[in-house]
Amino acid sequence: MGDTVDQFFVTLQQWIASHTPVGLQPVISTVLAVIAILGVFALLFAMTTVLERKGLGRIQNRYGPNRVGPWGFLQPIADGIKSLTKEDLVPRGADKTVHLLAPILLVLAAFTLFAVLPLGRNMVLVNLDAGVLFFFAVSSVMEVAIFMAGWSSGNKYSMLGAMRAVAQMISYEVPLILASVTVIMAASSLSTVGIVERQAGYTGVLPHWFLFTPWGFAGFFLFMVSATAESNRSPFDLPEGESEIIAGYFTEYSGFKFALFFLGEYLGMFAISGLGITLFLGGWSAPFSFLTWIPSYFWFFAKLLVMIVMFIWIRGTLPRLRMDQLMNFAWKFMLPMALINLVNAGVWHFLPHGVLRWLLCGGLVAVSYVVLGRGLTQGWKLEKRIYRFAE
Amino acid sequence: MEAGETDLSLCRVTRSDEEEGISLLFTTFAILTVVGAVAAMSLRQLVHSVLALIVSFAGLAAVYLLLGAQFVGLAQVLVYVGAIAILIVFAVLLTRGDGDTKRSIVVGSWRQSGAVAVVVFAVIAWAIYASAASQRAMPRQPEVSMRQIGDALMVRFVLPLEVIGLLLTVALLGAVTIAMQEKKERR
Amino acid sequence: MLGEGIAKGLVETARNFFGSYVNKDRLTTVQYPEQRLPQIEATRDFPFLVYDGDDWQAGMRCVACQICEKECPPKCIFIEKSKDKKADAVGKPQFYPAVFNIDVSVCMSCQICVEVCPFEAIKMDTEYELSTDDRFCGLLWEKERLSKPNEHYRRIHPTDAAVSDALLAEEKAKVEAKAKAANETKTNPTVSNTTPADSGVPSA
Repeated sequence: MGDTVDQFFVTLQQWIASHTPVGLQPVISTVLAVIAILGVFALLFAMTTVLERKGLGRIQNRYGPNRVGPWGFLQPIADGIKSLTKEDLVPRGADKTVHLLAPILLVLAAFTLFAVLPLGRNMVLVNLDAGVLFFFAVSSVMEVAIFMAGWSSGNKYSMLGAMRAVAQMISYEVPLILASVTVIMAASSLSTVGIVERQAGYTGVLPHWFLFTPWGFAGFFLFMVSATAESNRSPFDLPEGESEIIAGYFTEYSGFKFALFFLGEYLGMFAISGLGITLFLGGWSAPFSFLTWIPSYFWFFAKLLVMIVMFIWIRGTLPRLRMDQLMNFAWKFMLPMALINLVNAGVWHFLPHGVLRWLLCGGLVAVSYVVLGRGLTQGWKLEKRIYRFAE
Repeated sequence: MEAGETDLSLCRVTRSDEEEGISLLFTTFAILTVVGAVAAMSLRQLVHSVLALIVSFAGLAAVYLLLGAQFVGLAQVLVYVGAIAILIVFAVLLTRGDGDTKRSIVVGSWRQSGAVAVVVFAVIAWAIYASAASQRAMPRQPEVSMRQIGDALMVRFVLPLEVIGLLLTVALLGAVTIAMQEKKERR
Repeated sequence: MLGEGIAKGLVETARNFFGSYVNKDRLTTVQYPEQRLPQIEATRDFPFLVYDGDDWQAGMRCVACQICEKECPPKCIFIEKSKDKKADAVGKPQFYPAVFNIDVSVCMSCQICVEVCPFEAIKMDTEYELSTDDRFCGLLWEKERLSKPNEHYRRIHPTDAAVSDALLAEEKAKVEAKAKAANETKTNPTVSNTTPADSGVPSA
């Protein structure tokens, strides 16, 4: 019974495809899966815009949008109508073709990222042998799209915003990839399906997620911070901060193209959270062994929702980082931490199971965090920070 | 959300006529690559040329993927499109590449140089077709898994890997040193 | 620097978030137009003309002295005096305005007209939901639109209305005393009528 519910969508797809001619069946089933992914994640995007606005509102002591639909949950429809009917302005000095292609390329790349994420048991679009590498390759195409957007606007400030965005994304790709490499080492596979299957076991009640290891914990933190920076989310949203550079690289976009940028950005956020879930949080596996009767796709989307809530929460809490602070953070804290984490993962793999490896690896994580954290601000003096004027 | 099928199943649809199916996709991507390369040379604006070059890189990555070389194809996208193209773009933007756009994109003596190019191409093409390598039958496409690549890199080719890593580190340090010295001199 | 600040910040925002469902203090939004904030007594928006009694034409206090027209900084008041006279608030026969227009799109609610009016005739109203789609005629208010009863004034500005009523009552008493004295001297010419020279300019 549990299995039927779990595999409901797979059987549905196979049933529909079985009614089509045999030669076309692989194509039809792939097309069905693609349509499902497009629909689900576009809907999730709509829901997230409302959730974010209402969540941020409540954090800031106000209501969010609450006029359209019950508690404002039909707001995305109003937003969609607005962005579709707004006039599409292209500046005179802008490069029209590239201006048009940039948001399209961004959305294309963002949707392609979902191809390797296992959304449930047997529910991955393409089981690539090098799935994680595919993911990073396509997310680097998103950087090109952002650059195209900034350059084609013909506006100095958009260009500046685009260059800053690209610099930020490139800098944070390094700790992102290094954090994923630790998982790849532990799972000895680049395939996302393989990585999820490695985490699917349980000792007693507790799951085998990579999050519950010292290097996995540090790696997850590194991964999520880098993911926030990769998606240009607060507190790393300097390239698109409204009070800084109007809207950075998409200043000159209006109407539907702006909506496409928004869509691409949020989809990138979902995809990279999805990858984080796959790598560290066990993908579609349940958190406790007595909860495995709940279908796998439910767990994936529940974890994704938790990540989205975390993103919104962090956005409402932290102030924006300046460009140099951002860069310092990436190169002087995240990168050494990620490298030490690599060593940590290797040590964990080769030590025998037991208390020793927990102590050693946990200690390594703690020490490196404290040393790098304190060292970053005080030029390696390693004392507690004193606020001269506050005390 | 389908059962874990291998990729490229789309292009192996016509099992009986394997070469026919692959060759259509290959032709498309090859044309795309060549068009991108020609556009990269002939477009007026430098940034347009870089974008055409990106298209060319992507076409090449598609060809690698068609050959079943997942790692190389994806690394091609990651490294070339994601890093090298961005590097070229930054270089173009920071050095004011767009100068004279009124001049013709071909030199005055294009007839002579065109003739020389055609002759060289003919010679090389004849040499390739006449050699023994083109008479051999096409070998069966190897299935190289990621594990084999990893093993090869870490066991057989570990020394070249480390040397290349060292070389890149030295280059990075050199770049940082040069940039730092410039700042000091300006002070 | 080890992230305690961030953790504290996150706790604070979480408290705000959950508190906003439970605690009214944490959600200070007033859902206009379903809810409206109560206005303080000294609120002022645009002027109105006060009239006593039930008939707005007979009871109007304004005597068309045109002081407010002259003192108005953006010159939004337009007055035309009438040809005949009628009794004003204290009983004396005075001119009255045949035309009294205020251009509300120009009025800046400075209250100078109220301050200089010697007859307690023009006061500030508190109504603010005055949007109209007629930009020119809809915002040029005439005498009838501007006239509101004294009860309205008492309701919106009780303290000021009390002061105003007291002043007018005093004025009226003086006028009546003068009239009675004049009556007495008419019937009894020997009584000297030394009435103090007060023109009854009340301080508003």
